[in-house]
Amino acid sequence: MSDASTPTNGNGPKSAYFLAHADEVTERRTLAVLVDNEPGVLARVVGLFSGRGYNIDSLTVAEVDASQHRSRITIVTQGTPHILEQIEAQLLRIVPVADVIDITNSKTGIERELALVKVAGTGEKRVEALRIAEIFRAHVIDTTNESFIFEVTGASEKLTQFVDLMRPLGLVEVSRTGVLSIKRGKEKG
Amino acid sequence: MTAKTKAKPAPAQDAAPRLMSGAQIVVEALREQGVTVMFGYPGGAVLPIYDALFGQDAIRHILVRHEQGAGHAAEGYARSTGQCGVALVTSGPGATNMVTPITDALMDSIPMVVITGQVPTHLIGTDAFQECDTTGITRSCAKHNYLVTDVNQLARIMHEAFYVATSGRPGPVVIDIPKDIQFATGLYVGKDGITKPTYMPQRKPNMDAIRIAADLMTKAWRPVFYTGGGVINSGPRASAKLRELQELTGFPVTSTLMGLGAFPASHPDWLGMLGMHGSYEANHAMHDCDLMICVGARFDDRVTGRVDAFSPKSKKIHIDIDASSINKIVRVDVPIVADCAEALDALITEIKALKRKMPDLTPWQGQIDTWRARRCFDYKNSKDVIKPQYAVERLHALTRDRNTYITTEVGQHQMWAAQFYHFEEPNRWMTSGGLGTMGYGLPAAVGVQAAHPDALVIDIAGEASIQMMMQELSTAVQHNLPVKVFILNNEWMGMVRQWQELLHGERYSHSYSESLPDFVMLAKALGGHGIRCDKPGELDARIIEMIDHPGPVLFDCRVERAENCLPMIPSGSAHNQMILGEITGNEIGEAGRKLV
Ligand SMILES: Cc1ncc(C[n+]2csc(CCOP(=O)(O)OP(=O)(O)O)c2C)c(N)n1
Ligand SMILES: [Mg+2]
Repeated sequence: MSDASTPTNGNGPKSAYFLAHADEVTERRTLAVLVDNEPGVLARVVGLFSGRGYNIDSLTVAEVDASQHRSRITIVTQGTPHILEQIEAQLLRIVPVADVIDITNSKTGIERELALVKVAGTGEKRVEALRIAEIFRAHVIDTTNESFIFEVTGASEKLTQFVDLMRPLGLVEVSRTGVLSIKRGKEKG
Repeated sequence: MTAKTKAKPAPAQDAAPRLMSGAQIVVEALREQGVTVMFGYPGGAVLPIYDALFGQDAIRHILVRHEQGAGHAAEGYARSTGQCGVALVTSGPGATNMVTPITDALMDSIPMVVITGQVPTHLIGTDAFQECDTTGITRSCAKHNYLVTDVNQLARIMHEAFYVATSGRPGPVVIDIPKDIQFATGLYVGKDGITKPTYMPQRKPNMDAIRIAADLMTKAWRPVFYTGGGVINSGPRASAKLRELQELTGFPVTSTLMGLGAFPASHPDWLGMLGMHGSYEANHAMHDCDLMICVGARFDDRVTGRVDAFSPKSKKIHIDIDASSINKIVRVDVPIVADCAEALDALITEIKALKRKMPDLTPWQGQIDTWRARRCFDYKNSKDVIKPQYAVERLHALTRDRNTYITTEVGQHQMWAAQFYHFEEPNRWMTSGGLGTMGYGLPAAVGVQAAHPDALVIDIAGEASIQMMMQELSTAVQHNLPVKVFILNNEWMGMVRQWQELLHGERYSHSYSESLPDFVMLAKALGGHGIRCDKPGELDARIIEMIDHPGPVLFDCRVERAENCLPMIPSGSAHNQMILGEITGNEIGEAGRKLV
């Protein structure tokens, strides 16, 4: 940390003034951002991340309470503890943001993702694809003589694993929702 | 921030709904919000609003010469009154010309409502004439913005915009109103009962944090108050509370550029401004203190210098109404999210209740006196040329006993103004701190003068900066706003020249102010009065001539060209590594060169 020209911190090489948190390591976080569903609100949230140089690994959004015009944006991000603290505080500054909840997959939070996976093939490969789908509890939601579309849900790593296994078996296309999350137990969040 | 209500509130209505055009709703809402002065420039997409302004006299509209001028004037108005500034511009180029002042107001936390016209709703998205995505463009530079799509929401949005702009950490709010909405008939609602559930700034401090802070404050041997623009933005009560708390504790006080005036510069415990061009004593006190009480400041890089060497031995208390400012740059020990006045008040009560015998500050004050003895602002005066520092000193001496407001442009002259013009009261000093916008000072002065018609309003300018917005002198002439522009004319973009001297081997690339206008003739051409002075011996008489002139004045004060603005913390250096005397060119290492 003695030479300002080589900022080796988690804040990126943007400014050498940012030397205070050089020793922190990057963590992954899942944040639920509850917002008023008004025009432009998603752009505000996403713009905050790009404008301040934060990462977005995954993003999902949908209205969850029509009567209150509440939408829930789930963002998976990465950063040092200092940056993650900033992300939460900066999100809360946005006028239509009602709340930010940290629901990282853990004892307190559950994360799920859904993927649609198209696999084309015949013979042995087709049989093998079906067999693996069964292990992953994937449903077949469309089928032709030469293809399947699987619907599979679970933690993101599980989906990635499934997709990797399908690759040699004729993987054509993958569509994923991005991560959704919710708190365990009876508490809101 | 309280929006003071000057104009009469709308007469109490019986149950009858009040229907009016969108344009009338805008004007009615402005009136109800107490707006008496606004700044603007017309165009096709705001003509209905201009029509509604026609022939009414509750709101004075000041026509500028460039929309950027309207924005800075609204900022100057806001900063000198504590009320919300208002600007009105048309769509497309009108809106894009406002982007700089909107960003400026965001950086310096200035309450401002900007109304922009937009093409009619059915044309949005078609690349219509003078269409631009105003809400898209201003999303990241405004505190909040609205595109109005329903005339029945317009009144609520207007009131909500004022609430958002003036509460919490103040900032600019943009309302984009399509032309058809201005023509449509809708329901007017009053401002009472307008709330925004997702936006509720915390004003009152957490009392546990206050108790911890008070405990630290009553045990500190080397304390310092580090105050900022938040004290001014919070309102005059915060400055009064700061003075009260200082009197109670005897702690020395420094301030950022934005906070000047919150604490009187004539006070013996005033250390002067801190930061890159701050005083030696302020920066050393920050570096060596054992307790730092940051009140409404945000550890800007111009203040901290090198962050990993910033005040290494201190505990830090940070009061800020914006939670995201806390722990953003510097880790603090006691975060207090609150309005400055509320937090200072709570600290006063708590410290009094402790009835503790506080440590003897004499050794600390003695140490500070040895730093003061370096006399860091001393400069070599001259009988032949006017030194810029001398010019500001004389300006201060000759205007201090008047009702004076100072604005600035950006550059060396701005720093000399901060160093040599000493402020006793809040709201007297308007400068572009965060964005550093050349061209801010003259339109800001127009705004200040509009709010304080009888005051002496002076823009301390540079010859390069003034050329960015000099057309606004014509605005001043039209509206009888007798602003004085005091140009420290060094024929250089002095601050750029200084950095080139410091960092680029004296290669003065494109920083000489070539082909300067004759400012005296320019003043005349624009309808003002021009004065030129290049002799120290004549300076006082010419300044008095400027003050006594009843109209706008451009004062071309020819100063020493090669003067550097010192002291200086070179970029990438710590508070205790200030340059005091001459610049040698070797002050900044490879790392510092890359910084701004
Ligand atoms: C709009 C804008 N453009 C560029 C700059 C970069 N800049 C900072 S100071 C400065 C020179 C200012 O010259 P002048 O107004 O003569 O002031 P001086 O430093 O000579 O007192 C420049 C170009 C800026 N701050 N703002
Ligand atoms: Mg100059």
